Amino acid sequence: MTAARLPGWVRLLAPLVVGLAGLAAWYGFVASGSAPRMLPDPFAVADEFVARFGLIAEAAGITGTNALVGLVAGSLLAILLAALAATWRPVDGMTAPLVAALAVVPIVALTPIFNTMFGASSQFGRQAVAGIAAFVPVFVNTLRGLRQTRPVQRDLFRSTAATGGQTFLRLTLPTALPHLVTGVRVAASLAVISALVAEYFGGPADGIGTAIATYAKSGRASLAWAFVGGGIVIGLAFFLVTSLLERLVTRRLGAGRAPS
Amino acid sequence: MTTTTAVRARGLGKVFPSAGGEVIALTDVELDIAAGEFVSLIGPSGCGKSTLLRLIADLDSATSGELTLAGKTARQARLDQDYGIAFQQAGLLPWRTVAANIALPLELHRWTRARRDARVAELADLVGLTDFVGRYPDQLSGGMQQRVAIARALAASPRLLLMDEPFGALDEMTRERLQSELARIAAETGATVVFVTHSIPEAVFLSDRVVVMSPRPGRITDVIDTRPGRARDDLLRESPEYFARVTAVREALHGAPLHRANER
Repeated sequence: MTAARLPGWVRLLAPLVVGLAGLAAWYGFVASGSAPRMLPDPFAVADEFVARFGLIAEAAGITGTNALVGLVAGSLLAILLAALAATWRPVDGMTAPLVAALAVVPIVALTPIFNTMFGASSQFGRQAVAGIAAFVPVFVNTLRGLRQTRPVQRDLFRSTAATGGQTFLRLTLPTALPHLVTGVRVAASLAVISALVAEYFGGPADGIGTAIATYAKSGRASLAWAFVGGGIVIGLAFFLVTSLLERLVTRRLGAGRAPS
Repeated sequence: MTTTTAVRARGLGKVFPSAGGEVIALTDVELDIAAGEFVSLIGPSGCGKSTLLRLIADLDSATSGELTLAGKTARQARLDQDYGIAFQQAGLLPWRTVAANIALPLELHRWTRARRDARVAELADLVGLTDFVGRYPDQLSGGMQQRVAIARALAASPRLLLMDEPFGALDEMTRERLQSELARIAAETGATVVFVTHSIPEAVFLSDRVVVMSPRPGRITDVIDTRPGRARDDLLRESPEYFARVTAVREALHGAPLHRANER
C-alpha cells in the first residue's frame, strides 16, 4: 500500500494531533518554569480570549475593516491601471517604473508619515498602507492575465467581427480572471499584515495591533497573546474567503485546463 | 459576373517590414475562385499560402493589388460575416462547453437563444459531436476539438470557408477521416472553400483545383485541376486517377524528375 491516499479520518485527524501535540509541548514548557515571563500557558491565553471576547472582536473589526478597505481600494485601482496598461503601451511605460518603485518601498515605513499627515484620529493612513500593499500583487497578476490571450483566439474574434467590448468580455476578461483572483489572494494577506503592523506606529488608539503593543508593554502577556489570536482570526478569514474565490473562478474558467 | 466569383485577386502583394529590410511575403497574385469551388493553396514554408489566406480573411491587409470577395472588399466581407474560418489550432475557449464554443459567432452577432440552440444542435450533428455538446474542450481529443472548430466556422452558414492547415496537427488516421467529413460537409453546404495545406494527398483529395505556391518571393507558380470524376470517398484515395494527380501536383511543387538534374 502506498501513502498516496490516506483514509478520510486520518487526513482529518493528523493535523489535529499535530496541533494538540504543539499545545501540549507549549503547556509543558511553561509548566516546567523555564519559559520567559511573556509566554503564558495556552489555557491562560484561551481564558483571556473568552473573557475579553467583546474587546477583541471590536478591535478585530477595526483592523479587519482597515484591511478590507485597503484591499478593495488597492485592488480596484490596480485592476483599472492594469487594464489601461494592457490597452495602451504608453500607459504601460508610465506605470512600470511606478509599480517597480512601489514593490521595493518598505510600505509600513510610510506609516508614521501618513499618521502625521492625516491626523491621529484618522484610520486613513492605515487603510492607505494596506491599499498600497495590496496594489502591487493585484496589478502585476492582472496585467499578466490580460496578456494571456493567444493569437489564434484574437484572430478568431477579429474574423468574427467582434467589437472591442465583446472581445474584452468574452475573451480577455475570462482569460485574465484566474490571474486576477490569485493576485487578490496574495494581496489579502499583505493587506491584513500591513493594516495590523501600521497600528504599531501611532494613529487612533484602537485595533488589534495597538492592543498587542499596549498590553505587551504593560506586561499583560495573556491578554497580548489573546489579541494575537484575534489577528490570526482576521488573517484566516481573509485567506479563506479569497482562496474560496480563487478556487471558484479557477474551476469556472478552467485556468488549469490544457490550452486547446 | 461578380456574383459567381467568390474570391478575386489582382496583382495582390504583401510586404512585411523587418529588421533586415523588407520581406516580400506575397507578390503579384492573380486568382479567381468560383462560388462553390474547393481550392487548396499548397507550397513549402514561406511561400505565402497562409499570408494569402489571412489577406482574404482581412486578418492582415495587402500592401498592393486588389482583392474582392463576391464583389466586396475583404474588410467589408469580414464585417458582414461572409466567411467562417478554422485554424491549425482549434483555438477553443477552455471555459466554454462544446455547444457554447460552437455558438460563439452566433452569440457575437446577437442571435436569440432559441435560434442559437437549434443551430448548434444542427452543427453538432453535422460534425458528429451530438453526444459531446456538454463537454469541455480539454475533455476532447485533438480531432474532436478540430471538429468543434469546423462547426464553429460553419455556424453562421457562411458562403465561404477559410481553413489554415486545420488538420496539420492531427495523426494520419484522424486526418483522413476528417478530410472525408470535410468533403461531405463542403458538398452538402455548397460553400466555397479555400484550404491551406502542406500535404499533397490532402490537397488532391479535397480540391477542385490546387494552387501551387513557391517562396522567396511568395507567389503562385501553378494551378492544377484536380476535380475528380467520381465521389470523394475512400475508393478515390486508391484510384489511379488520384495517384496521377498527386504526381502532377508533386511535380509542380518540386519540378519534374527530368528537370531536377538541370536545376542546380
